[in-house]
Amino acid sequence: MEIKREKLDPSDFRVRQLQARDMLRGDLEGEELDKFVEQSVMTTTMSKAVSWSQGNSIYPMTFGLACCAIEMMSIVGMRVDIARFGWEAFRASPRQADLLILSGRVSVKMAPVIRRIYDQMLEPKWAISMGACCSSMGVFNNYALVPSDKFMPIDVHVPGCPPRPEALMHGILRLRDKIQGHPPDGWRERYDAVGTEEVLTPEQQRGSEMDAAINVYPGGDTAGA
Amino acid sequence: MPDATGLELIAHELREANDGSILQTEFRRGRAVLEIAPEHVPAVLQQLHDKGYTFLASLHGVDYYPDEPRLGVLYELMDMREVDRISVKARVSTEDPRVPTATGLFPGANFPEREVYDMFGVVFDGHPDMRRILMPEDFEGFPQRRDFPVGGEPVLFTYNEETGYGKDQ
Repeated sequence: MEIKREKLDPSDFRVRQLQARDMLRGDLEGEELDKFVEQSVMTTTMSKAVSWSQGNSIYPMTFGLACCAIEMMSIVGMRVDIARFGWEAFRASPRQADLLILSGRVSVKMAPVIRRIYDQMLEPKWAISMGACCSSMGVFNNYALVPSDKFMPIDVHVPGCPPRPEALMHGILRLRDKIQGHPPDGWRERYDAVGTEEVLTPEQQRGSEMDAAINVYPGGDTAGA
Repeated sequence: MPDATGLELIAHELREANDGSILQTEFRRGRAVLEIAPEHVPAVLQQLHDKGYTFLASLHGVDYYPDEPRLGVLYELMDMREVDRISVKARVSTEDPRVPTATGLFPGANFPEREVYDMFGVVFDGHPDMRRILMPEDFEGFPQRRDFPVGGEPVLFTYNEETGYGKDQ
């Protein structure tokens, strides 16, 4: 049998492995050593390194509100395995969690509870509003519900009723991009969306050509009382 | 279910015992309904209980707007031995929505009665803890009444992104 010998490409893994061994032994010197260090060391800033690790090790809060919670639970399963991104450790205490996934409808009575949980979480913290109900109240757009933007800051909205686990996964990856300092999505600028973050004033409610009624009634204005 | 004749027999018995308690009987789509005067609720329920209807399957409110009296409280009773159901209905007006409580006879009526109070504003006299159960304590009005506004929020979608609120603010 003929043995064939040929020179390996310098970028080949085996070659670099041998070079590393040589360096550790002290065999590499001068220009070769400089070149090796240049190839092996990456420089960055501290904040970038920190945000890189933050984005890859989120601890979500164990917190389900409605039917969306079932879809949220399935992202830890093997089909859309969230553990690939280091997000799989759901924490039962807000003190240990970084991410609050609002999975379902938020009633007026539940909103202060959620706000309190959010306040109890330690910085840095993020929130995902999952599904139609807690973003725009979906089919339950009535007196009982409140959109989550009205009482806490939301980083990513995931639309759907309920969103598929893949959709939530996409939202989570967008949040990871956001945490790691990639350009913001800039939806407020794109949609010129001012005014969505506040409760409307009574004047704005009354003289409006708006499509729907407002959830906030002036005192004594409520029929059926 | 008692059939139409059976319902009349039960109604007759109850009329004999409490004069003026039964206002009307209705047998429709296989469902027997006794409409009674609100003040006779405890007596009628007690008698039906003695007859074997020992299980209060459901207690709920209805708004019959624009009919008067507007509000209704329905008691769905069940005879567990005969697997036999009967509904008892008491109508009250929105001006004086008061019905005696059924918690003495059926302790399980406690929370349903609070819910009927919460949603329709029917006050159950003699209830041990007449408070709102689902809505916030400071909520104004009774949301399941027909004249209560549905409420809600305007939401910015693609179809109204040009005309929706917030555009010119």
